[in-house]
Amino acid sequence: MGTRRGAVLIITIIIAAAGAAFYLHRPAPRDLILATTTSLQDSGLLDVLVPLFEAKTGRRLKTVAVGSGQALALGKRGEADVLLVHSPEAEEAFMSQGHGSERLPVMTNDFLVVGPPSDPAGVGGSPSAAAAFQRIARARALFVSRGDASGTHARERTLWAAAGINPEGERWYQQTGLGMGQTLGVASEKGGYTLTDRGTFLTLGKNLGLKILGEGDHLLVNTYSVIIVNPEKSRNIDTQGARAFAAFLTEAETQGIIGRFGVERYGAPLFSPCGAYGTPQR
Amino acid sequence: MDMILDGILKALCLLVTLDAEVRDITLLSLAVSSSATLVSLVVGVTVATAVALTEFPGKRLLISLINTGMGLPPVVVGLFVSIMLWRNGPFGFLGILYTPLAMVIAQALIATPIVTGVSLAALQHLPKDLRLQILALGATRRQMVWILMKEARLPLLAAAMAGFGGVISEVGASIMVGGNIKGYTRVLTTATVMETGRGNFEVAIALSVILLLVAFAVNACLTWIQQRRRPR
Repeated sequence: MGTRRGAVLIITIIIAAAGAAFYLHRPAPRDLILATTTSLQDSGLLDVLVPLFEAKTGRRLKTVAVGSGQALALGKRGEADVLLVHSPEAEEAFMSQGHGSERLPVMTNDFLVVGPPSDPAGVGGSPSAAAAFQRIARARALFVSRGDASGTHARERTLWAAAGINPEGERWYQQTGLGMGQTLGVASEKGGYTLTDRGTFLTLGKNLGLKILGEGDHLLVNTYSVIIVNPEKSRNIDTQGARAFAAFLTEAETQGIIGRFGVERYGAPLFSPCGAYGTPQR
Repeated sequence: MDMILDGILKALCLLVTLDAEVRDITLLSLAVSSSATLVSLVVGVTVATAVALTEFPGKRLLISLINTGMGLPPVVVGLFVSIMLWRNGPFGFLGILYTPLAMVIAQALIATPIVTGVSLAALQHLPKDLRLQILALGATRRQMVWILMKEARLPLLAAAMAGFGGVISEVGASIMVGGNIKGYTRVLTTATVMETGRGNFEVAIALSVILLLVAFAVNACLTWIQQRRRPR
C-alpha cells in the first residue's frame, strides 16, 4: 500500500525543509547592527556607504531603517550597536541618560517647508520658519505631519512650539504615521503643507506637485549624528565595531564621498559633511 | 497609466536582462516563503489530522481558535517574533533577528493556522463512514490516515497554496524581523515598499509584477499536481 511511499514523502519534505533552513541560516560572525532613519535609506546614501565599510573592515553591517525615535529606542534597549540619527533634542536626552558612550556629528542638510504651488496660506516669503507655520495655522490650511516620532517630526514639533501654536487635534492638522516619502505623497495629493528634509524632497520631487516655500532658517538645519551605544547597556553590544563605523563615517575620505553624493543625479549634493571630527553645526 | 505601462516594461527589462539584485531578491522570496510553507504543511497537516480524527472536550473551541488564527495579522506576528528574538529577549542567544531564518519562522507562524484550518475542514468533510469502512477492511490506523489524506489531497494542496499565498505576499512581518537589509533579507514585498517610499514607482510596479509572476508560477505548479489525476 501507499504507506511506505507516504513516509518517504514526509521524510523528504522534512529533510528539504531542514536543508533550506540550514542554507538560509549561514551563520555569520557577530553582525554589527546599525539603526538609522528611513530618510538615509530612501536617499540611497547608505547603499554607497555600507558596502564601502564592509569592504574596508570585512564586517557585515546590518542596516535597519526606522524613524529616529525608534532607532533611539532600539539603542536604549541595547538592540543596536550604533545609531545614525537626526533628532538633536532626543539625542541629547539619550546621551544625558547614559544610553550612548559617544556622539559625533557626521553631516547636515536642511529641512524645507513645502506646499502646493498655489500657496493658499501665503507661506512663501515668510521671514522665518516659525512665521511660515503661523501663517499656515492662521489660514487653517491643511498641514500633513509625519506623526511618527521621527527626526523630522521632532523638528516639526519644535517649529510649532517656536510659532507658539499647538496644532494637535486641529482639523487642518493631519498625521500620517508614515515615512517621509509617503507623507510627501499624501501632502501632494491633498494639496497640503508639510516639513521635509531636502534629500527626500529632491529624490521624489519629479513626482510631486509641491513647491519649496520656506528654507534657510537656522531652525531648519538638519544634523545627522552617529552615536555609539553605551556598552554597559547590554553585554551583546559590539563597541569595537560601532567605533569602527563611527570612525569610518567621520574620516576624511568618507566625508568627501558624502559631500559629493547626489551631484551626479540632482546637480547638487544632498548632504554637507561636518568635516573629519568636525564640530556640531547648529 | 503611463506609469503602470512603464512599470511593466521595466519588469520585462529586469527579467530579460536577469538583473542580479532582482534575481537574488526573487530567489530569497521564493526560498523563504517555500520553506515557511513546508514547515507549516508538516505542522498544520499533522495537527489537522490529529484534531479531525479524535474527539476530546474543547475541540470546538480549538477549531475556533485555529480558524481565528487564519486571519492572524502579519504585523502582530512580526512584532511578537521580533520581541522574542531581540538580543535581550528570551531567544536572543540564537542571534537570528534580521536573518532569513527569522523570516521563515515568522512566515511559518502566519501560514500554519491557514494550512491547519483548510486541512481540518478538508478532513472533516470526508464522509464519516469512510473511516469505519477502511478500518473494517483491515487497514492499520496509519494506513487509514494515509488513505484519508490521499482522499483529501485536492483540498490539502489548496491548503498549501493558501499558506504560500499568505506568506509570499506578506510584508509586515518580513520587514520587522528581516529588516529589509540589502543583499541579505530584502524580499520582493519589502523591496516594493522601499522603492515606493523612494518614489521609484516604476521599479515598485516592476517588482509587483515579478511578485505576481512568481506567485502565479508556484500556484500553477501546485494546481498541475493537484489536477494531474482527477479523483474518480
